[in-house]
Amino acid sequence: MSAATAPVAGPAPLPDPAAPAPLPAALKKAARRRRAVPYLLLLAGVAWLLVFFVAPMVYQASTSVQTGSLDEGFKVTWHFSTYWDAFDAYWPQFVKSLVYSGIATVLCLGIGYPLAYTIAFRAGRWRNLVLILVIAPFFTSFLIRTLAWETILADESPLVHFLNTIHLLDVTSALGITEGDRVMATPLAVVCGLTYNFLPFMILPLYTSLERVDGRLHEAAGDLYATPFTTFRKVTFPLSMPGVVAGTLLTFIPASGDYINAELLGSTNQKMIGSVIQSQFLRVLDYPTAAALSFILMAVILAIVMVYVRRAGTEELV
Amino acid sequence: MTTPETLNGPADKDAAATAVSGTAAEAPADAVRLTGISKTYGSFTAVHPLDLTVPAGSFFALLGASGCGKTTTLRMIAGLEDPSSGSVRLGGADVTALPPYKRPVNTVFQNYALFPHLDVFENVAFGLRRRGIKSVKKQVAEMLDLVQLGALARRKPHQLSGGQQQRVAVARALINQPQVLLLDEPLGALDLKLRRQMQLELKRIQTEVGITFIHVTHDQEEAMTMADTVAVMNAGRVEQMGAPADLYENPASTFVANFLGTSNLIETEVLGADGDTLTLGAAGERLTLPAARCRPDVTAGGRVLAGVRPEKITLAHADDADAIPAGRNQVRGTIVDSSFIGVSTQFVIDSPVCPELEVFVPNVERDGRLLPGAPVVLHWNPEHTFGLDAAQDIDAGTDTDTDAESGTASAGGGAA
Repeated sequence: MSAATAPVAGPAPLPDPAAPAPLPAALKKAARRRRAVPYLLLLAGVAWLLVFFVAPMVYQASTSVQTGSLDEGFKVTWHFSTYWDAFDAYWPQFVKSLVYSGIATVLCLGIGYPLAYTIAFRAGRWRNLVLILVIAPFFTSFLIRTLAWETILADESPLVHFLNTIHLLDVTSALGITEGDRVMATPLAVVCGLTYNFLPFMILPLYTSLERVDGRLHEAAGDLYATPFTTFRKVTFPLSMPGVVAGTLLTFIPASGDYINAELLGSTNQKMIGSVIQSQFLRVLDYPTAAALSFILMAVILAIVMVYVRRAGTEELV
Repeated sequence: MTTPETLNGPADKDAAATAVSGTAAEAPADAVRLTGISKTYGSFTAVHPLDLTVPAGSFFALLGASGCGKTTTLRMIAGLEDPSSGSVRLGGADVTALPPYKRPVNTVFQNYALFPHLDVFENVAFGLRRRGIKSVKKQVAEMLDLVQLGALARRKPHQLSGGQQQRVAVARALINQPQVLLLDEPLGALDLKLRRQMQLELKRIQTEVGITFIHVTHDQEEAMTMADTVAVMNAGRVEQMGAPADLYENPASTFVANFLGTSNLIETEVLGADGDTLTLGAAGERLTLPAARCRPDVTAGGRVLAGVRPEKITLAHADDADAIPAGRNQVRGTIVDSSFIGVSTQFVIDSPVCPELEVFVPNVERDGRLLPGAPVVLHWNPEHTFGLDAAQDIDAGTDTDTDAESGTASAGGGAA
């Protein structure tokens, strides 16, 4: 504010237009102060990122090329083969992570899109209530929500009993996503947990982008011979692409690094890479391997996201 | 000057949107035929049951103030709104039950509703592609040339000006060669100058392609400039329908008289009916009204509203009253106000018959004595008087948006 008002209080006499007078000192000072404002506003955020993002990254990067043990201490020896050894040992967990989180993301999209569409276009006065219901699970912690799924999917639970009665589990077991008459400690349980826990992250961005789609465009498409389904395919869905991209990223990225669902709902066979990193850090205390795995995971996700965003962004939509 | 011969009598009295179902047999000549169509939302009636026939190839305007039901009527033709009763026929075929995408009509929406993710070319090609036409390139190029947008085919809608977006919307609808093109206030978002330009352009396109246009607007000048036939709507009903000049010269109701341009309406008593002419009395003045131009059936002693358009009146200073030819309607008064607006001067006259009579005097030979306070005599050819039912609200249609009265006056006068 003071920066903006300072020039007004500046020189009273009009400067000669032919020979521009040098800027008065007060004006210069004000201009300098104005230029500094954006940096001042960024200060808190930049400091936060430096302390809690850049510094740990650098620290972890150095850890990943160290050798040694907890007793003797770790030393930076530029031992890059840790990366290869870690990947070689744990690539199945990488694959499982990507497959489970990929399936969970697709399921979230399948469940979340119709819901977001309904909230955006059909919910009318119920819109806010439904949105609150979508967010409501966040009132309990992630851990407790996942523990609840342990009860839901337990061997003696009514749901599993029902699935057995209709022999659906025979089918899923034949497909290899469940084992025998159990759901717990199978890939299905882990994917269910992931889907449930990350669904709101899909619905909210989808809703935001769908809500911005002008309903009159639906009328215009209908007027131009598009059936309701074609209208969706050619108008609504392309216009909701930003929400689809945001939702899938917000679901896929945290899901692929998640370990709670795999730990609580899966068995050792369903270990995801998050579980491996967690146990390397906290149980095995092999910090270099854990750090290397973290960086590999980051690189893989980054590569997938870049390919995905580029494809989704430039795709010919008609 | 309008000659009496061009003023049709009240023969068109019943032309006011009363296509009786008995004539439905000769339907093929009509692009659109609405029969008893109405729309109610809960207890609110947006459109009262109305019958409307739009001849093929015509430029038809639905004119009315906002909320009069004109857009709802249009949306019922497009299929975007389900009528509460009645039927919609397009070129003889009943389409009442068909969804919009099965109707051979296309709409130019008020806010254009262009697809923001598609460029101009794909917006225009949208309808063709939906009907499975593969090679759209030539047709789209031709259509873009028609609306003079050939160079902008690869732009996205948000990169275009309002006028250009409007033309894309027209091209996108027209390329499908609909039986009827529906235009929902298509020029509402444009500034005045661009609006004039687009009015002429739309008229040119309509003449060129020969498709029936139904144009919804609240701008009476726009309706009169563009349309062959105008239906004036008020409170969910069609008040009157006809050619613009005919509506202007022979308004059937006080709403039409006031909404289309301005009218001076004088409350009178019928003193005598003598064959072709009625003699009316108001505050001691005597006016003559051709019986053929009187809407209600009246007899001596009845009441009637005598109307006359401001530009039909000649203003004479009271000193020159003797020079006024015999046989003209005369009213005495005093100038209250005058405003010079270039082509004419608008006077407001306080007269015993009506406290606010408006007179538009062309600025040909200006009489320096015609200043506020001057006693004057208003006189006009009795043939220009029209008679309306005195039971109506005399002010109906006056408080609505009439932004270009002088323009209307000259348009109406010129067309006659």
